[in-house]
Amino acid sequence: MNYIIGAFKPPCIISITFSDGKDRKQASIKKDNGQIAMVPVFQSLENIAGEVSLEPIQGKKVEHTGVKIELLGQIELYFDRGNFYDFTSLVRELDVPGEIYERKTYPFEFSSIEMPYESYNGTNVRLRYILKVTISRNYASNIVEHRDFCVRNYTPTPTINNSIKMEVGIEDCLHIEFEYNKSKYHLKDVIIGKIYFLLVRIKIKNMELEIRRRESTGSGPNTYVETETLAKFELMDGAPVRGESIPIRLFLSPYELTPTYRNINNKFSVKYYLNLVLVDEEDRRYFKQQEITIYRLLETTPAS
Amino acid sequence: MTLPPDAGAEDEEKYLAEGIAGLQHNAFYMHRALDTNNLKDALKFSAQMLSELRTSRLSPHKYYELYMRAFDELRKLEMFFREESKRGNCSIIDLYELVQHAGNVLPRLYLLCTVGSVYIKSKEAPAKDVLKDLVEMCRAIQHPLRGLFLRSYLSQISRDKLPDIGSEYEGDADTVNDAVEFVLQNFIEMNKLWVRMQHQGPMREKEKREKERSELRDLVGKNLHVLSQIEGVDLDMYKETVLPRVLEQVVNCKDDLAQYYLMDCIIQVFPDEYHLQTLETLLSAFPQLQPTVDIKTVLSQLMDRLSNYAALSTEILPEFLQVEAFGKLSSAIGKVIEAQVDMPVVGVITLYVSLLTFTLRVHPDRLDYVDQVLGACVKKLSGKAKLEDGKATKQIVALLSAPLEKYNDIVTALKLSNYPRIMDHLDNSTNKVMAVVIIQSIMKNTTFISTSDNVEALFELIKGLIKDIDGARDDELDEEDFKEEQNSVARLIHMLHNDDPDEMMKIICSVRKHILLGGLKRLPFTVPSLVFSALKLVRRLQGQDGDVVGEEVPATPKKIFQILHQTIEALSSVPSPELALRLYLQCAEAANDCDLEPVAYEFFTQAFILYEEEISDSKAQVTAIHLIIGTLQRMNIFGVENRDTLTHKATGYSAKLLKKPDQCRAVYACSHLFWVDDQDGIKDGERVLLCLKRALRIANAAQQMANVTRGSSGSVALFIEILNKYLYFFEKENPQITSSVIQGLIELITTEMQSDNATSDPSADAFFASTLRYIQFQKQKGGSMGEKYESIKVN
Repeated sequence: MNYIIGAFKPPCIISITFSDGKDRKQASIKKDNGQIAMVPVFQSLENIAGEVSLEPIQGKKVEHTGVKIELLGQIELYFDRGNFYDFTSLVRELDVPGEIYERKTYPFEFSSIEMPYESYNGTNVRLRYILKVTISRNYASNIVEHRDFCVRNYTPTPTINNSIKMEVGIEDCLHIEFEYNKSKYHLKDVIIGKIYFLLVRIKIKNMELEIRRRESTGSGPNTYVETETLAKFELMDGAPVRGESIPIRLFLSPYELTPTYRNINNKFSVKYYLNLVLVDEEDRRYFKQQEITIYRLLETTPAS
Repeated sequence: MTLPPDAGAEDEEKYLAEGIAGLQHNAFYMHRALDTNNLKDALKFSAQMLSELRTSRLSPHKYYELYMRAFDELRKLEMFFREESKRGNCSIIDLYELVQHAGNVLPRLYLLCTVGSVYIKSKEAPAKDVLKDLVEMCRAIQHPLRGLFLRSYLSQISRDKLPDIGSEYEGDADTVNDAVEFVLQNFIEMNKLWVRMQHQGPMREKEKREKERSELRDLVGKNLHVLSQIEGVDLDMYKETVLPRVLEQVVNCKDDLAQYYLMDCIIQVFPDEYHLQTLETLLSAFPQLQPTVDIKTVLSQLMDRLSNYAALSTEILPEFLQVEAFGKLSSAIGKVIEAQVDMPVVGVITLYVSLLTFTLRVHPDRLDYVDQVLGACVKKLSGKAKLEDGKATKQIVALLSAPLEKYNDIVTALKLSNYPRIMDHLDNSTNKVMAVVIIQSIMKNTTFISTSDNVEALFELIKGLIKDIDGARDDELDEEDFKEEQNSVARLIHMLHNDDPDEMMKIICSVRKHILLGGLKRLPFTVPSLVFSALKLVRRLQGQDGDVVGEEVPATPKKIFQILHQTIEALSSVPSPELALRLYLQCAEAANDCDLEPVAYEFFTQAFILYEEEISDSKAQVTAIHLIIGTLQRMNIFGVENRDTLTHKATGYSAKLLKKPDQCRAVYACSHLFWVDDQDGIKDGERVLLCLKRALRIANAAQQMANVTRGSSGSVALFIEILNKYLYFFEKENPQITSSVIQGLIELITTEMQSDNATSDPSADAFFASTLRYIQFQKQKGGSMGEKYESIKVN
């Protein structure tokens, strides 16, 4: 038995380490098998450097036609599983053809790599970055090992960030005016706003604010849209009368949001909406949806 | 979850039990999290625990029970938050954000308030900012009941943390404003919720809802109390900010329950001094209230408080004058009455009663104010029929009694021109009651009314007692009440007095004018008083006779007698001849003292005419004749002729009495007419003896009559009485009365007493025995009297 297992074991163990792996910030990602793993976080134009070490199984030699390391940015659409679209692909040759008898390490470095898209793990799509080491062999299959890492790109505070203000209603029934202080929020932001009741002729039971994520994948006839409600936040309890104004203060930090992604490599988009819902006593729902843009703001770590 | 319309109390109990169970369940886990310093779980379970308060199925009463339990748990949570932030595990600012992640709004806000309390205490942010945030965020609860309780919680936790003057939370500049602003805002929002509550649910349960709503009023009122407790709310701030804002809310909420309660609250919680200084603002709100609000009670409370305040110290009084408290109150009441068209009369009068009470206590010296109040009341009542409403009448009585009680002096009240006009609006019986009250007040304070003008005014007031009022139904009169009333009028007449005879004369004339209107039933009560009052004046004039009497003086005894004559005549025309007779005799005697022979004679004539024409009852006759005899005996001005005529008449009538014993007694009484024991009195011994003999004859006849009719001789009492008369005249040196005559009479009596058919009469025996003892005594006394009696033998 052991022999058999041994026969399927790769004859060489490849490990990839990042040079600043201990200090670098980590993020959790969900792996294919559903496990959560911690991976280092990079951003675009950073240097990605480290070491690859090859360690043949005791007493065996590995004959190869070359060792290379690739940095890949891939988009995987679930309806088209197994097909990866690489939008970034960089290769570094680590070794010329030869044989490996013993443990051998190779430093590598990708400097100032442009990684325009962020890692994303959605309902129907995944965008990921990997480092892939390949030991090419002539007759036997290649030995491959990859290592995920995460990319997060920070956006500066937008210069134009208007509030969202709108009057909506049903004639002679309900007129409200709502206001969100901004149209663009960063991930740890807080939505401040107000709802003014201009006319209330229905018996409202409560009012809530939902954060919805709309993920659309594919294009043309093959567009898949998935909408997910990430937050249901009760804003008001009871029936207001004309002239009331109800405050909104919604902290975004407790929710697992990502920045808004628009048309990533023509493959997918992720957009966020605020949905204001009024529920009447007969449980009828009146709602108005507004898109907001979410961006990632560089977290300024308090100077210590 | 709406309450099923028929949810009974039983269901409600069940819901409450469920709520409590859910609350305790989550509280248990919360405690565990607190014990293990697990912040995340603590927040989670506390939010779940507070979710029980989201129920709509409980009445306010039951909801309160649930709330109190949650409240206790929140105290523990608050302590945990405080320790947590002290330990540095989680900064208070972070906590303040963390609790806001809760998805449900009600638990979120309860938690926020709880952390907010710790936040203020930590002083990491100015109290005013935190408070402002909390009170704003609480707007999210628009459900009346839940909102009220949440805001009540906010008020509770913030009470000791207001940035008041002198508070440790006081900020750098003017933060009292923030404290006030905070409480005001919370108050306004709570009131809105409270008012809105009446519109929740079906119409048919409105009554029940209003009752429940009323139970919640103290939650709202508490805020006003808090406001009043803020050190920094001085008069200026109260005037500029607090009161206008509160009133604005009260007026605008247009809800009678709230308006009534809150106005009352304002009056109760803020100091009197503030009310006084802001009277105009405060009062201006009243006419704007809903027509169904019981304004009179509230306004009365205000005036009560103010007058109590005024009573505290005399130093305060100038303030009242300065702010023209009376004028403002008075005009406010006018406006309120104008605004509330449907206010019942009783309400109107109650308002005036309060105003009057206020006036009397605060401005006792301003009679014009009092009259003004009464005038306003008259104006309101005019054009209306007499009041039938019992309550309203009661209030009018209160209105009218107030000045009497205050001044203890009817003379002051008489100056109030509107006083009688109000009385006109009373129904007859109340009018009388009021009149009696007035009289009693006069009696109690022994107030003398000393001008005829005042007398006129007074009689105008009590005219209900003086004469029959048109349309009054006599049959309903209670005899005893009537007597009481008239007696009090009679007593009143004696209180009308002036030392100046001329004025007194005027008084008498005016009284006479009034009481003569009184009719048959009243005259017997009132005339005697008047007569004696007039006679008193006569006596006084008589004392200064000669020097004062002149042509121009209106008050002469003669004139008075003329008046009296006419007055008594009025009485004799009604069936009170006996009374008239007595009065005539009184007058005759007074005239005698004034040396007015013709007048006295005239009075006697009248008396005899009455005797002849009107007095037919035999008993009355006996009394009358004795009175005549007695009076006549004292007269000393009559000339021989007049006197003879009168005495002749008297003796004649005496002998014509019906019963023999009466005849006898009257006749022997007549004997005195001929023997006046004065220096120059008549001493006609012969006629005395004649009278006595005649009496003896009649006594004899009486004896015989008794024998015939009853078979036994009557009492010898008459004889003994006559014997005593004999003894009297014997001692008075009447030459006709000799000891032998007396001796004969004694023997006669003795024989009579010993005769067989004499009935034994112990009182007669005793009488005789003591008469004999007297004779014995006189004999033993010696001296001239002893000598005189010497010859009389007594066995």
